[in-house]
Parts: sequence; structure tokens; C-alpha cells
Amino acid sequence: MKRFEAIKVIIQSLSGSELVVSSTGMISRELFTISDVPRNFYMLGSMGLASSIGLGLALSLPEKQIVVLEGDGSILMNMGSMATIGHFAPPNLVHIVLDNEAHDSTGGQATVSNTVNLGEVAHAAGYRLTRVVESKEELRKVIIKPFQQGPAFVSVKVEKGSIERIGRVVHSPQEIKNRFQKSTIGI
Amino acid sequence: MTTVDFCSMLNAQGFNFATGVPCSIFKDIILYLSSHSDIPYIPATREDEALGIATGAYLGGKKPVVFMQNSGLGSVINPLSSLNMLYRIPILLLISWRGYRGKDAPEHLIMGKVTTKLLKDIGVPVQVITKDNPEAAILASIRQMEERQIPAAAVLKAGIIQ
Repeated sequence: MKRFEAIKVIIQSLSGSELVVSSTGMISRELFTISDVPRNFYMLGSMGLASSIGLGLALSLPEKQIVVLEGDGSILMNMGSMATIGHFAPPNLVHIVLDNEAHDSTGGQATVSNTVNLGEVAHAAGYRLTRVVESKEELRKVIIKPFQQGPAFVSVKVEKGSIERIGRVVHSPQEIKNRFQKSTIGI
Repeated sequence: MTTVDFCSMLNAQGFNFATGVPCSIFKDIILYLSSHSDIPYIPATREDEALGIATGAYLGGKKPVVFMQNSGLGSVINPLSSLNMLYRIPILLLISWRGYRGKDAPEHLIMGKVTTKLLKDIGVPVQVITKDNPEAAILASIRQMEERQIPAAAVLKAGIIQ
């Protein structure tokens, strides 16, 4: 499965009220291309911090459901975040890693995720639900459930590469922030 | 100023979320916050993680403060420049000043020399907290955060908050 298809399945499986934090590079660009809504917080820089931003949101807005979309390169930069998330264990957080074993946005250089079982790391860190999925069907099934028993961790094995004519986030960073905040806390 | 007065002042100014990585210079502040629920403190594994958590909290409607030793400043230059300054996300940074005037353990001397300069170079306004001005320094930082919607740093030397 392509990462683009995986993001599409995830977005289609959500209820439509979740807040989504998407990581730097292709993941934000693909999410933007699939579904550009104010509830998306597109990260442009600060690679590695998607799950930390997700944790801060989950702790501050316990009544909202938070979805983090990041890559294997990103989570490997900030594995300490999994310890903090496991410790505080916000039930409203779903942490999804799109794992293509590469830094795809910078040319496909290998990461080391092919020898790391990220699901086991998440489980050991204290996530209440962890899944590693490889097909769209499995992914569809797993996305429906986690919110009742989070924090959940889903590792999705995807292929390298994007689609042709992938869009670029057209909103300015301040616009991304302002419209996201309007949709979260109404200011 | 006492630890309790300092924390009450932060509380009175509306801060309601704290995270960071400790320094002995503000050990009592973090101990105090950890045992009182007015400003919950989330211990982060690294300073950049703390900035990410605080950013999420801000987006979720909180008013966050981040604690770090100036040694951790090296870890937050990227998130400060490509997240907080870029998106205009105001967060109060309370940064301890180890290596002040070249008097400290060797690992603090180089960063001690450039701490305020590094912050200013990436556009983060800096206040230095002295014995006489803790409240005024924090108020000045808050003013800058609110007027410009950017993070502001208050730098704290040893022996001022006890």
C-alpha cells in the first residue's frame, strides 16, 4: 500500500471531528491533497515533534480526539515522546506511524526502522493498544476502535514514494495555526 | 523572591500548563509545581519534546511555560525557529543561566557565554531575572508574548528564587 492510500483510508475511517497533527514533508502534503480542513495542523518544520504536539493537545482537550500522523524517520527522532505518552496515557490520542523504512521526503535514504518493532516499543512504553498493519482492510478495521481504549499506536507498513502531482500546503503557518485554533477552541 | 511567591505569580498571570527538563537552579519551582495542581507539570525527556508538548497545549487553549537549563537551548533552536517563531506560538521559556560570567563547571562555560545572544539571534526576546525584578521581568516577557505572538525567554541565575 502507498502512503497516500493509507492516509486516504485513515481519513475516510475517521468520524470527521478529530484533530489531526501531520508531520513535516510528504505526510502533510499528502494529507493536504486528500482533505484540507481547518482541523488539520500541518507541520512545516520541527521534524520529530508531531507526537509531542499531539500529547499537548490530548492533555489540554480531553473531550476531543487527537490523531497524529508521522513517519518512521520522525518517530525515531523523538522516541522519548513514546515514554511520555505512555506515562500520561491520554485515552483520546491515536498515534499513527506510516513506516516506509526511509526518509522519503529527502530522497528515500534508509532509516533503521526495518530492524525496530515500533509496536513493541509503544507497548513497552505503556500505550494501551498497539497494532502493526499491512493492508487497507486491517487499517480500516483498526482505526475505528482505538478511541475507546487509547493511547493507541498504529504502525502502518507502506511503500516508498508518493503520487504524481502532489500538492503543497498553500496556507501560511499563521493561517494554519489560526484556523486550527478556531476549530479547537473557537478563537 | 520565594518559590511559592514565584509560582503564585505565574498562576496569577494565567499560566496553567508547565513542562520542561529540570535544572538545579529551579529545582524547588518544579518540585512545587509537581505537588500542586494549579499548574500541572509534565516532565519531558528532552527540551525540544517539551516545546512540542507546550505547543500542543497552547493550541488546545492553555497558557504554557517551559523550563529548561541553558544547556538545553541547543536542542530547541530548531523548534523555536521552525515552529514557535514561524507559526507565532507564544510560550514563556524559563531558562536557567549556568556558566554566567564564566564561573561554573566547564561544560557550562561556552553556552553560558552565548545564551542570551543565541535567543536574540533567532528573534526570541530575552529578560534577565535579577533579585530586584522577578515580577517585572515576567510581566515584560508576557507583554512581548502577547503583543507579538511569539515565545519570550526569562533567564534565571542561581540564588534568585529560593
